[in-house]
Amino acid sequence: MEYLYEGWEGFEAGTWVKEINVRSFIRHNYTPYDGDEAFLEGATNDTLDLWNQVTELSKKEREAGGVLDMDTEIVTGITSHGPGYLNKDKEKIVGFQTDKPFKRAFHPYGGIRTAEKACLDNGYEVDPKVKEFFTIHRKTHNAGVFDVYTPEMRACRSSHIITGLPDAYGRGRIIGDYRRVALYGVDRLIEDKMEQKETTRSAMYSAVIREREELAEQIRALHQLKEMAASYGYDISKPARNTQEAIQWLYFGYLAAVKEQNGAAMSLGRTSTFLDIYAERDLKAGVYTEKEIQELVDQFIMKLRLVKFARTPEYNALFSGDPQWVTESIAGVAIDGRHMVTKMSYRYLHTLKNLGPSPEPNLTVLWSVNLPENFKRFCAKISIETSSIQYENDDLMRFTHGDDYAIACCVSSMRVGKEMQFFGARANLAKCLLYAINGGVDEISHKQVGPEYRPITSEYLDYDEVMKKFDDMMEWLAGVYVNTLNIIHYMHDKYCYEKIQMALHDKNVTRWFATGIAGLSVVADSLSAIKYAKVRVIRDETGLAVDYEVEGDFPKYGNDDDRVDELAREVVHTFMKHIRKNHTYRGGIPTTSILTITSNVVYGKNTGSTPDGRKKGEAFAPGANPMHRRDTHGAVASLASVSKLPFIDAQDGISNTFSIIPGALGKEDKIFVGDIDVDIDCGGACSSPTLFESLDTDNE
Amino acid sequence: MEGYVHSIETFGTVDGPGIRFVIFMQGCPLRCRYCHNPDTWDLHGGNRMSVEEILMQYRKNKAFYSKGGITVTGGEPLLQIDFLCELFQRAKEQKIHTCIDTSGITYHTDNTEYNGKLDTLMQYTDLVMLDIKHIDREAHHELTGAYNEGILDFARYLEKKKIPVWIRHVVVPGITDKEEYLLALGRFIGSLSNVKALDVLPYHTMGVEKYRKLGIPYSLEGVEPMSAEGAKRAKESILSGIKEVRQKNKK
Repeated sequence: MEYLYEGWEGFEAGTWVKEINVRSFIRHNYTPYDGDEAFLEGATNDTLDLWNQVTELSKKEREAGGVLDMDTEIVTGITSHGPGYLNKDKEKIVGFQTDKPFKRAFHPYGGIRTAEKACLDNGYEVDPKVKEFFTIHRKTHNAGVFDVYTPEMRACRSSHIITGLPDAYGRGRIIGDYRRVALYGVDRLIEDKMEQKETTRSAMYSAVIREREELAEQIRALHQLKEMAASYGYDISKPARNTQEAIQWLYFGYLAAVKEQNGAAMSLGRTSTFLDIYAERDLKAGVYTEKEIQELVDQFIMKLRLVKFARTPEYNALFSGDPQWVTESIAGVAIDGRHMVTKMSYRYLHTLKNLGPSPEPNLTVLWSVNLPENFKRFCAKISIETSSIQYENDDLMRFTHGDDYAIACCVSSMRVGKEMQFFGARANLAKCLLYAINGGVDEISHKQVGPEYRPITSEYLDYDEVMKKFDDMMEWLAGVYVNTLNIIHYMHDKYCYEKIQMALHDKNVTRWFATGIAGLSVVADSLSAIKYAKVRVIRDETGLAVDYEVEGDFPKYGNDDDRVDELAREVVHTFMKHIRKNHTYRGGIPTTSILTITSNVVYGKNTGSTPDGRKKGEAFAPGANPMHRRDTHGAVASLASVSKLPFIDAQDGISNTFSIIPGALGKEDKIFVGDIDVDIDCGGACSSPTLFESLDTDNE
Repeated sequence: MEGYVHSIETFGTVDGPGIRFVIFMQGCPLRCRYCHNPDTWDLHGGNRMSVEEILMQYRKNKAFYSKGGITVTGGEPLLQIDFLCELFQRAKEQKIHTCIDTSGITYHTDNTEYNGKLDTLMQYTDLVMLDIKHIDREAHHELTGAYNEGILDFARYLEKKKIPVWIRHVVVPGITDKEEYLLALGRFIGSLSNVKALDVLPYHTMGVEKYRKLGIPYSLEGVEPMSAEGAKRAKESILSGIKEVRQKNKK
């Protein structure tokens, strides 16, 4: 066929030629790989030199207290800074967020106070003119939100019954389809967006006006993207012509996003199988050797490891560190039944060997029982060696999201370029239960935060009475929570819109309206204690329930015991039911997640004693985990409890943080690969002790 | 039928092939000085559980056990042989892989009634993990409070029955780690044709805390845990004993 562009030569045509459709391109062109890791190459000297430089800078950064350099004058944007390099001669993939590596950019649009505080806490002072500008002349997302919050919302926020709201920082959790930049080149994307703008409705009511304004912003951002690439010496108006360009174009798209937004999670998407198509073509044509391709991948991943944001110590405390959630989703299975493992899937994971282990980018394997055996083995091996791979259930998510979705942050799945998410923090259900008992009075501040319902006054808690009141209180909480989020997302769109990321989306995107739950296992165990044991209320001099005494034993969540697991399921279902009753901004589809992977400690700190025997201030369990040390029947029982939670009510993800000492995975770490495949029967036991077959061979 | 069960571990990875549903049974006639489950000694301690209850729990999560199965351990599971017979018979009806982790102490060649039951149980048993505590008769008594003839007879019984066996052996510094003992153990194992694997375990002190809680004096106080390398060396010695006999038999 005739190719529209030079970069498309050798590719099989499909609908992707006529329309922006990366999935079609992948389906028509990718090569599943069933072999093992023997083809992989080590790092080149240039890569190692660069990595040494990075290690040196990281050390300096640590010594400097966590931040090496910050911008305090230039407001960041796609074209705000000139090019930055580690060592121009050795870098095969280029681009930093500012004009030099390790220098953090200044992001005031989410909120000037947070941006200023991030600088101050790290010993930097923001240029007063910039501060004045964003305080008086240019409104921020944060200012917008606080103009509109109701007193009730503010009270919920400060009592921590709703926590982690993205009202002073970038919400994140949006994945631009950065592959589009490589496949189509920016000019074609601009053309497409122009057409979208020409085809909006012509009656100018506010939704249409907003749509047209956003499309204009997107088109402007695409022009800036080209300009930014040009500053590095690349013309990305046309499609990428080889692997190096494909990676570089794609990375420029991502770089523009992290220059523009300091989001809570800036994930990459699902790029490895896409890029493999270029690599396969170039390998066949002799354009690159395997070593050269691995070098490009290593250097691309190295750049992703160097994404940095200016953040406050409070933010880092909430998230236990300084995470960017540059999540990349690897493998999975296609709708047509072929697995999506390619050589590039191996190359991405191999960077953990070539550059050493690292939490970022968050390499996430979309696990299916139908992945090829060799790849499973390889994943297990790299996991054991580096502890740096995240796994998620493709068999579960493919059902709702198809075969071109990716994970944003840690578990939120969305179709790349077709779906986005309004990130929604968490409702503290453990505190909600205490409000139900205390008639809306906060157990720590003694303030009336929730509605003044009748409190429980009996000495012992009665299950039916508690459930009735808890249900009412959840209904109230769901209402305040969703409406708070409505304000936040309205203002974020208005003052801190993700221009480039949305430019790399379709015109009509599905918006997931994410909410979250914290303290699930505390609630489940509390309700179980109330139902199956006796819980005596201890009240202070004002009559407020401040502590609880449990008499007798009760079933605990995490032991595959339906009596309590059913309570956990019921709580999730009920809360979601109440969430769904509310109006959501921009037609967002409500979902919820149970995934406080790190912030469970902070949430626990702000919550009084609970009827399960947990004392005031003690940490919650992370995500949907059972409470620490209460699961006594081993991992399978613990996992089984978690797996009873309804995914349909918690489609944004359920997390179970599961640590295990290597020895507990069987001797010589061999158990891991096959046995985690809980759905298939491959036959043949995996055994760990010395088997005598090998002994006999020795003798012959 | 009901049995006395200490506890259940739903994710056992060291007691047989694959991921296993491990049932810790109550009761043990031995008093091994390094025993790390003294809380299972009492035959009538723990909880009573029925065969159906156990199998129901297993079935709920059977997908996890596709390459594993059920292991009974303890305590000494063969003390509750009637319970085991029913459990394993039912398990085999459901095509579940069955494994017994035992010291073999309940076996006596002249106890025909018991051995009849054992014959029945072996029809439903896929694997026996036989823990030989010590190869030397006197030293065995010193270590466990009982002599080892019955145990060694049990090993031969299993050979006759052609039941696949994994031998387990704990290496304790100063007690079982002597070269001559290890070689002798190897030679004994080498004489058996049904042994499929050897699992040498380094002595550890993780059980000590339990003794403190139960108020039982711990007689190996002061004995250091065995290093992984030490266990590896011991394994080599046992293996050379096995090889020696196997080569001789070949000729």
